[in-house]
Amino acid sequence: MDFILHLINGISLGSIYAIIALGYTMVYGIAKMLNFAHGDVIMVGGYISFVVTANLGLPPAVAIVAAVAVCTALGVIIEKLAYKPLRAAPSLAVLITAIGVSYFLQNAALLIWSSNPKSYSSMFSFEPLRLFNNRLSITSVTIVTVVTGIVVMAALTLIISKTKMGKAMRAVSEDKDAAQLMGIGVNKTISITFAIGSGLAAIAGVLLASAYPIIMPTMGSMPGIKAFTAAVFGGIGSVPGAMLGGILLGVIEIIGRAYISSELSDAIVFSVLIIVLLVKPTGLLGKKINEKV
Amino acid sequence: MLKVNDINVYYGSIHAVKGVSFEVNEGEIVTLIGANGAGKSTILNSVAGLLKTKTGSIEFKEKSLLGTAPHLIVSKGLAMCPEGRRIFLQMTVEENLEMGGYTRKSDEADASLIDVFDRFPRLKERRRQQAGTLSGGEQQMLAIGRALMSKPELLMLDEPSMGLAPILVDQIFSIVKELNDAGTTILLVEQNARMALSIADRGYVLETGKIVTSASAKALLNDDAVRKAYLGG
Repeated sequence: MDFILHLINGISLGSIYAIIALGYTMVYGIAKMLNFAHGDVIMVGGYISFVVTANLGLPPAVAIVAAVAVCTALGVIIEKLAYKPLRAAPSLAVLITAIGVSYFLQNAALLIWSSNPKSYSSMFSFEPLRLFNNRLSITSVTIVTVVTGIVVMAALTLIISKTKMGKAMRAVSEDKDAAQLMGIGVNKTISITFAIGSGLAAIAGVLLASAYPIIMPTMGSMPGIKAFTAAVFGGIGSVPGAMLGGILLGVIEIIGRAYISSELSDAIVFSVLIIVLLVKPTGLLGKKINEKV
Repeated sequence: MLKVNDINVYYGSIHAVKGVSFEVNEGEIVTLIGANGAGKSTILNSVAGLLKTKTGSIEFKEKSLLGTAPHLIVSKGLAMCPEGRRIFLQMTVEENLEMGGYTRKSDEADASLIDVFDRFPRLKERRRQQAGTLSGGEQQMLAIGRALMSKPELLMLDEPSMGLAPILVDQIFSIVKELNDAGTTILLVEQNARMALSIADRGYVLETGKIVTSASAKALLNDDAVRKAYLGG
């Protein structure tokens, strides 16, 4: 019974990683950049939902909508101000800029909300689900997280495979010049990608803060790095890869913590990544990239 | 229909296109021929807006195209089928065609899809297949079909015969001729000069970024210098 509980908790944590990893992988696929400020957008989502409920006293639903709206706008603004001017710059310049944006967001949060951790009350407080004569009890946050993960992944898969916008995103990610010849606006497509990724980061922020109810300005760093790992694990640039990588990483982390060592759980996660990359350098579902000559 | 006047294009410090002027009139097939590196593709990419010209003017239907973002050019009636086909390999045949009709209303695009499938029944058979699994000739048909989805008045084709078996080259050129007969003006860039001149009305010969000769296609086919340099004697 313990194992099932760990597995469910792993899937729940993995769903959060997957939601974050989708932002990384979509932005990488389309803008060919690693947006290391993505983790800090999660933190902003956490704080916005906190302010709306704790300070303004509004209901959780409003808080979630506000967090998503603010982060979506933030993502688009970051892209416009920080990354767009560097569209033709070497990728190292863009990478350093992304790290700079990450520090900027963390320090802005320090200024606004101070470095003191704040205790966050879960946005989802219904009764836990009890199964097998109370031997298995699943918390409300876990249930909401898993369900949200499924809904987000299904919706995104549908958008990318079926809608005109999603197809245009795939076209841009495969060949920017050819996409422009079709009349697809590359800048607009990149903006939309950042909007979606950042909106997802806000959802991840709310879920994360509800599950681990302390928020502070650096709260996005570690989940950001883990989710980036998940994206690489699954094959960066691949949407199903980010989903699979996220879920697997969460499960490995929780199972490792429970059965091997709680101190070593992160080391186990990263060891698995190293092994996968040694055996399959493009990640689990990564596509072979043919360099153009 | 298309008037290119004295354009200069640079790649960094390399002067790739030097004061080139030419024009394409409605209903014509015009070809730019020349050796590899003569600047043919650079010229097409400049017209399509993918490259910036330093000087000169490019006018399409009497309106300047300079400074127009590349993604806004296709809806003006000017489509390009780029060198190396550049189809979206990881998307299906039908999705590639849908992207070709990206700027059009969905009912118009649907009508064009039926036209393209009529012209290329092969593509219809393979509509759900990933474009990367098509043969070279089929990929070229897809690239042309995709460009036709925007219902262009002027279609620019960059090396459509590249890498194809002779029988497929014949087929591609007869398709180009058919498209022209059906009313599409064509600007064709080719290394296969003989084939290009055999269907074209007029031709321009490029050498290291400059136009050295221009004449009717018939005259170029009979021109001694052109025969020697581009038609194998």
